[in-house]
Amino acid sequence: MTESRLSYYGKPIIKEPVWKAEIPNYFFIGGLAGGSATLSAAARAAGNEQLARRALYVAAAGVTVSPYYLIKDLGRPRRFYNMLRVFKVTSPMSVGTWIVASEGTSTGIAAACELFGILPRVRGAAQVVSGLLGPAMASYTGALVADSVVPVWHESRRELPLLFASSSAAAAGGLAAALTPVASARPARRLGLLGAVAELVTHKVMERRMGELVAEPYKKGEGGRYAKAAEAATLSGVGLMLLAGRTRTGAAAAGVLLAAGSWSTRFAVHHAGKTSAADPKYTSIPQRERAAERGQPAVTG
Amino acid sequence: MQLGDGQTTYGLQIQPRMGFFTDTSVCIGCKACEVACKEWNLVPEDGLVWSGNSYDNTGELSANTWRHVAFIEQQLDDGMRWLMSSDVCKHCTHAGCLDVCPTGAITRTEFGTVVIQDDVCNGCGYCVTACPFGVISKREIDGDGGMHKCTLCYDRIEDGLEPACAKACPTKSIQFGPLHELLERAHGRLEDLHEAGVDDACLYGANEDDGVGGMGSVFLLLDEPEVYGLPPDPVDPTRNLGTIWGAAGAAAALLAVGVAFAFVGGGDD
Ligand code: SF4
Ligand code: SF4
Repeated sequence: MTESRLSYYGKPIIKEPVWKAEIPNYFFIGGLAGGSATLSAAARAAGNEQLARRALYVAAAGVTVSPYYLIKDLGRPRRFYNMLRVFKVTSPMSVGTWIVASEGTSTGIAAACELFGILPRVRGAAQVVSGLLGPAMASYTGALVADSVVPVWHESRRELPLLFASSSAAAAGGLAAALTPVASARPARRLGLLGAVAELVTHKVMERRMGELVAEPYKKGEGGRYAKAAEAATLSGVGLMLLAGRTRTGAAAAGVLLAAGSWSTRFAVHHAGKTSAADPKYTSIPQRERAAERGQPAVTG
Repeated sequence: MQLGDGQTTYGLQIQPRMGFFTDTSVCIGCKACEVACKEWNLVPEDGLVWSGNSYDNTGELSANTWRHVAFIEQQLDDGMRWLMSSDVCKHCTHAGCLDVCPTGAITRTEFGTVVIQDDVCNGCGYCVTACPFGVISKREIDGDGGMHKCTLCYDRIEDGLEPACAKACPTKSIQFGPLHELLERAHGRLEDLHEAGVDDACLYGANEDDGVGGMGSVFLLLDEPEVYGLPPDPVDPTRNLGTIWGAAGAAAALLAVGVAFAFVGGGDD
C-alpha cells in the first residue's frame, strides 16, 4: 500500500489527544486512592487497625491531589465546575466526575475523623461509602480512554478497565505494605501481588487481542519505553515482595517498585494513545479491513 | 432517503434537518469557503504559510480552520489529475463529540446540527478524542483554551440565511439545504457522473447504516475516502459504550473480590 493512499499527505486522520502528563498522573493517583480506600475499609472490617489507618491516609492524600491534576489539565481551569452541572451516562468523564467528587468527600471525612479521633460513627459510615466507591474510582478511567476513536484505546476497550483496576490494586497494596508494620501487612502484600500479576497478564492479553498492528504503539517509541519500564518494575516488585516482603525494608522497596510499575503503565497507555492517533495507518488499515467486511457502509455508489 | 435525526426533543420548534452536500467534482480549489468561514465566524488567523502539499495552506480541519480545502495531485497512466475537496464537520447523526462532552457544552440544534457552546466548554478535550474525523481541536490562540469547530453557521441559518461557505462557493461545490433534498440531489449527480463514465465517483456519508448513523455533511468523492484524509469506516465510539461500561463494572467487581481475597486467612503472618 503506498503512503499516499493511506491518508492525505500522510497526515493523521484523527486528532491526537490534547491531554498532557497531568492526566496519566491523575490516572495513577486516582487509582491508588481508590484501591487504598477499599483496602482500608476491608482492613477496618477485619479489625486490622494498623493497616486500615495507613491505607486511609494514602487514599486521602490521593483524593486531595487528584482534583489539582484534573483541573490543571483543562484548557479553561476556571470553568471546571461546569462538569458539576451535568450528569451524562454517555460520558465516562461526566460519570467519573461524580465518582471522584463522592469518593473525595467520603474519604476526606473518614480521614479527618480518623486524624482527630472524633465522630466514630460518621467515620464508619463515610468509610463504607469510600470503600464501596474505590473500585469504581480505580476502573472508570479505563472506560474513559476506551470511549474514544484512538485505535489502541478503543480496540482494547474490554481490557483497559481491568488493566487500570489491577494496576491500582498493585499500587495500593504495594504502598500499604511499605507503610505498615509487617505483622499487620499481610493483606496489603497479597493485594499488591495479586494486582501486579493481574496487571501483567491483562497487559499481555490486551496486546494479543488487539493484533500486531494496532498494539504496535506499546512496542516502540515512548509507549514502548514506558511499557517496558512498567513490566520491569512490576516484575521485580513481585519478586522482591515474595522474597523479602516480610522485612520492613524489603516491603518498602517492593512496594515502591509496584507503585512505579503502576505509574509507568498509565504513562504507557497515555503515550501509546498519542502514537496511535498520530500515525494514520493505525486508523486507515484496520478500518479499511473492517469496511471490506461490512461492505463499505460510509461509501455508497 | 431520509437520514435519522437527533432533534426529536425540540417539539414545536423542530426544523427540518439541514446539512451540506459537498460535490468535490466541481471544486476548483479557490478557498472562497475557507475565507468566508473565517470572516463570518471570526475564526482567528493561525499562520499564513504554505504547507508544501500542493496548493494547501491550512493543512487540516482544526479549531481555527472550519472548512479545509484539500489538494491531491495524482499521477495516472495517462497524465495527472488534481482532486480538490472542501472538508468540514460531518454534523453526525450519532456524534461522538456530543456524546462524551461532560459539561453539556456540545448540543444538537433544532436543525439537527452539532454546535459547541463556547461559554460552557471548559476545555477538557474529551470531544477531541471522540470525533472519528479529526474535526475538533483546541484553540491555543490568546489563551482561549476551548475547543472549536464548524457550527453550520447556526446564527445564519436561524435567520433563514445559508452558511457563509455555501454562499461564497462560486461553483456550487458546497450546497446547503434540507438534508433529504440534498441526498436526492447527491444521488442524481452520482448517476449523471456514472453515466458520463466517471466510475470511481461515490457518495460519502449518505448511508444511515454507517458507524455514525449517517452524516449531515454528505460528500461526492472521486477516489477512496482515505485519499482525502477521511476515515473509510468511521464509528462513533459511544456505540460500544455498553461493552465499555460492562468491562468497567466487571473490573470494579474483580477489584472488590481481590481485596476481600487478600484478607482470607487473616491479617497476621
Ligand atoms: S464530525 Fe466530529 S465534530 Fe463533527 S459532529 Fe461528527 S463527531 Fe462531532
Ligand atoms: S472540551 Fe469543551 S466541548 Fe469538548 S468535551 Fe470538553 S467541555 Fe465539551
